[in-house]
This record gives sequence, structure tokens and C-alpha cells, in this order.
Amino acid sequence: MVPLSFYLALSAILFILGVAGFIFKQDIITVFISIELMLNGVNLAFVAFSHALRQIDGNIFVFFVMVIAAAEAAVGLAIIIAVVRNRNSLEADRMSLLRD
Amino acid sequence: MQLTLFIIFGLIAVGGAVNLLVQRHPIYSALSLVTVMGALAGEFLLLGAEFIAFIQVIVYAGAIMVLFVFVIMVLNAGEVPRESKSRMAALIGLPVLALLAVTIIGQLAGAFSQTALGLGDYVIQTGPIGDSLFHQYLLPFEVTSVLFLVGLLGAVVLAAREPDAAPARGGEIPESLVEAGLEADIAAQEAARR
Repeated sequence: MVPLSFYLALSAILFILGVAGFIFKQDIITVFISIELMLNGVNLAFVAFSHALRQIDGNIFVFFVMVIAAAEAAVGLAIIIAVVRNRNSLEADRMSLLRD
Repeated sequence: MQLTLFIIFGLIAVGGAVNLLVQRHPIYSALSLVTVMGALAGEFLLLGAEFIAFIQVIVYAGAIMVLFVFVIMVLNAGEVPRESKSRMAALIGLPVLALLAVTIIGQLAGAFSQTALGLGDYVIQTGPIGDSLFHQYLLPFEVTSVLFLVGLLGAVVLAAREPDAAPARGGEIPESLVEAGLEADIAAQEAARR
């Protein structure tokens, strides 16, 4: 038997590591990967609550989060390709302007 | 037994996440994320969510991360310098992040320490998930398909080269226009020579 709080603590740790990567990394691809890490942390919390409350809805929500993550990854990576093609750089600090 | 497996998978997940932050090359970060996702699939199995565990491996670690790795290779991404030019991230971000960590972990660990989750006492199979997805959540499911269509079109439009930037291919331009352009060039060169 594992307490629910252990799962939630692991979920929170993963989420906060994702936030840290989002704030401190310079590479826009790694920033994007950190967003996926945050989504994974939230998924763990959904599944843990689904198990604790004996409700199936948590699993359905994880399914939808994965769907949104797939669509977001496709569009976001296309944006990254377009930006890198225009600027020839992956550094987040250089992307402070919307135009060239 | 369950606690041991939880600790093993949890340590793998946290270690992968820390490695994701420490590595400076994006491809290592992406592969660390695959590690985290695999460990989380183990945690999902411990929680009885079989369907979620397997689509985590197939869709998330399989398809989405392949997209990431593919883009990293297409862009030929290398290491970027670690130093950020703005100090705001460190000055404000670090304390706020620490506060967030203490608050979330403290609150969650305090509030739900009584509830214990046993191995196999609530196993969700694929059948009930499909049942719920196509009855109770039918409208969100259908809206999702529209979202995917828009995302697909958006990705194609955003990643396509702009027409001006792309070098025109010879085969697509009619021969007469090419010859006219060549003649104009020759005439201009002769005019310049005189």
C-alpha cells in the first residue's frame, strides 16, 4: 500500500522540474521538452486521483491531455522550425522580437 | 512490494527529469524525457491504468518523442551557451519556484497521507474507457478530431517555406520565360559593356 500523497509528491516534483527547465533553459527545444515534462507530471496526478476516487474520468482526462500534447507538439515544432529558419539560432534570448 | 516498485520507478523518473535539466544538448534532453515517460508508464501500471500505461509508451514515448528527435536532427541543433543574458529569471524565478515547490508538495503530502492505494484493487480496463469515451465524453472526443485537423493544417502551413525564400526550381518555370530572362540578362550585360 502506497499513500496517495507519495504519488502526488512525485507528480509535483516532476511538474516543478518542468517549470525549472522552462524558466532556466536557453534552448527553445529543451524549453518545449520541459512543457511535456509538466504535462506528464499532471497526468500522474490525474491517474492517482482516478485510482483513489474509483472514478474512470481521470483516465479519460489523461487521454485528452495526451491528444492535446500531440497536437501541441506538431504545431509547436513547426513554429520552432519556422523561427530557426528565420534567425539561425535556438537561443530563447534572441527571440524577443516578433519580426526579423 | 508496491512501495518498492513505486520507489524504483519514481527514482528513475526524477533522475531522468534532473538529467533533462542538466544536459546541454537537446537530443540528450529528449532521450531523458523518454526515460521519464517509461518510468511513468510503470507507475500507471501500479495504479491499475493499463490503457493509459500502454498509450503512454506507444503514443507519447513512441510517436511524440520521435517527432521531437526528428526536429532536433532536421535543425541540426547543437549546444547553446548556458548563460542567460537576463538575471530576472534567476532573481525572481528561483525564489518563486522554491515557494511553489514547498507549497505544492507540502499541501499535497499533508492532505492526502491517509488515503492508501493498493496494487490491483481498482484496475481500469480498456472496455470501460471506450464506453465512457463514446457515451459521456462523445462531444469532447469529436471536437478533438477537429482540433487535430486544425493542428495538422497549422503545422503544414507554419513549417512550409515561404514562396519568396524558396529557390525556384527550373522544371516549374516555362521554357519561354527562362529564355526571355536569359535574353534580358545578355542584353543587360551587353549594355553594361558599352
